[in-house]
Amino acid sequence: MEIILSAAIGVLTASGVYLLLRPRTYQVIIGLSLLSYAVNLFIFGMGRLRVNAPPVLEPGGVGDLGRFTDPVPQALVLTAIVIGFAMTALFLVVLLASRGFTGTDHVDGREQRHD
Amino acid sequence: MTNWMHHLLILPILLPLMVGAAMIPIDERNRMAKGVMGFVSTLALFILSMVLMRIASMDAAPAGSGVYQLGNWPAPFGIVLVLDRLSALMLCLTSGLALAAQAYSIARWHTSGHHFHSLFQLLIAGLNGSFLTGDLFNLFVFFEIMLAASYGLLLHGSGPLRVKAGLHYIAINLAASSLFLIGVSLIYGATGTLNMADLSMKLAALSPDDRQMVEVGAGVLGVAFLVKAGMWPLSFWLPTAYAAATPPVAAVFAILTKVGIYVILRLSLLVFGASAGASAGFGQSVLLAGGLLTIAFGAIGVLASQAMGRLAAYSVLVSSGTLLAAIGLGHPSMIAGALFYLVSSTLTIAAFFLLIELVERGRDAGADVLAVTMEAYGDADEDEEEEEAGAAIPGTMAILGLCFCLSALLLAGLPPLSGFVAKFAILSGLFGLSGTDAAPAISAADWTYVTLLIVSGLAAMIAMNRVGIRTFWASIENTVPRVVVIEITPVVVLLAACIFLSLQAGPAMRYMQATADSLFDPAGYTERVLSAPRAGGQ
Repeated sequence: MEIILSAAIGVLTASGVYLLLRPRTYQVIIGLSLLSYAVNLFIFGMGRLRVNAPPVLEPGGVGDLGRFTDPVPQALVLTAIVIGFAMTALFLVVLLASRGFTGTDHVDGREQRHD
Repeated sequence: MTNWMHHLLILPILLPLMVGAAMIPIDERNRMAKGVMGFVSTLALFILSMVLMRIASMDAAPAGSGVYQLGNWPAPFGIVLVLDRLSALMLCLTSGLALAAQAYSIARWHTSGHHFHSLFQLLIAGLNGSFLTGDLFNLFVFFEIMLAASYGLLLHGSGPLRVKAGLHYIAINLAASSLFLIGVSLIYGATGTLNMADLSMKLAALSPDDRQMVEVGAGVLGVAFLVKAGMWPLSFWLPTAYAAATPPVAAVFAILTKVGIYVILRLSLLVFGASAGASAGFGQSVLLAGGLLTIAFGAIGVLASQAMGRLAAYSVLVSSGTLLAAIGLGHPSMIAGALFYLVSSTLTIAAFFLLIELVERGRDAGADVLAVTMEAYGDADEDEEEEEAGAAIPGTMAILGLCFCLSALLLAGLPPLSGFVAKFAILSGLFGLSGTDAAPAISAADWTYVTLLIVSGLAAMIAMNRVGIRTFWASIENTVPRVVVIEITPVVVLLAACIFLSLQAGPAMRYMQATADSLFDPAGYTERVLSAPRAGGQ
């Protein structure tokens, strides 16, 4: 499980960074989204991976840390997802505004010349 | 300490948040009402932050004062807001700056887009929250509030250049936020805590493996803050974004870089202070090298700038670099001077950003960066005449010229103003002239810093001279800009604050010294946070 998660984070980050460095705004926004998925998984992983362990207290198990998984990273992930989502939406609006102003989806607002 | 006094600590966050939210449903046609609402709220914040500053500087503060437990959970478990001299100082600076920028915007700039005043209040809420919080993840949340509002404000006024600058600004900040989260989660993974005070306690006792992970986390986290602070290789977005922003926005953005500096100062002294064991002084060499390079880059940028907006933006970099390198050098005697410099340079740069637009208003529309400004006017042109409330001031050029001279003196750090006092305080701290402790050995890095500090002042002087001569003495068009009282007042007030700071340099330096002393006493901070009693029943 560890290897799958870390591979997933790695692939998402690598593709995210690659797309972030591309010249089209749409690629940039997808890159940022992938990057934020990778970060969210990473935060989740920092709470250590546990199977079949709830993050909330159950009757009878209070004080027995072995039965529960760490709830804090899950709460952090939730916050990070919400914020990341809002920021992506905002970026999308700016992207459309830029497209409207310049008529191109290049991040610099004009096409590169190939001469 | 009575009960209601205790709750004062959350007001700097709640008040702007609520005022900002209350303004959203109000129709945009009532801009003036919104402006007045925002101004009153910021004024209240300014008074409040003065009160908080007084509370923070009380020597015999009762136990638990200045620590606000949200939800009444004690420190390592719940989120806390912590007030100390440094955060009180930053609160004061923020609200003072915001007050000036807001007054300025009421004259005309708030008409060039929607929800200006709401965004402005939210920005203040985010800034105040970042200064007050004692928890890393909470810091992230406030950072995002601040950034989200700043995206909106940067785009205020619209136009292709602003949208382009905004696109770059948002992209780099989103990437930096990802780094922030990675850093925070690495630190959490290694130590199991997000509370800054608790973190500083736990660091010394960590196993080498875990400590390494914390250092990696802190490094990644640091990059996120250095992007904000504008350290050299991470700062290429800054001049374009700041020069494209509308003047009141650029003025208040002068403090956004200082947020990065604030967090770095706080974390490097609290977490990686002397008590950190093997990790003590982590990252200082990077800060030093980066800071020195930033000063050099900023100074070259200042010299190379044709437009005043870019000149001001590069001055922001010089100011950041000076502070980062001062933190990197890490002499306790220098930090008080550096804090004085922080206040003085922030006020100066903000005043300069506001002044630029007034000076350039009379110049040819095609001239350099004015293209940006004019674009914003494009839409509002027809109703501009009626919107411009208030009487124009007499002797416009004389007053503008005087303000310009004062900013030049302050930026270059020439006597007798506070820019000089600040640099003098930094240098005297560096050379151990304060007399309290034995003179420290002066290393090569110290000499580089001294040289760069002075050369950057010279660069600012040359650039300001050149721009000043071109604008005030040898201007080809003789159109005198129409400047209304409400626009020049904020500039005058900000510059007057610098003059006041120079006159009252003694008390101000005493406050800064006390602030620096408390920063170098992380044990006092952790003790205060972790042993704060819960409100109500004990």
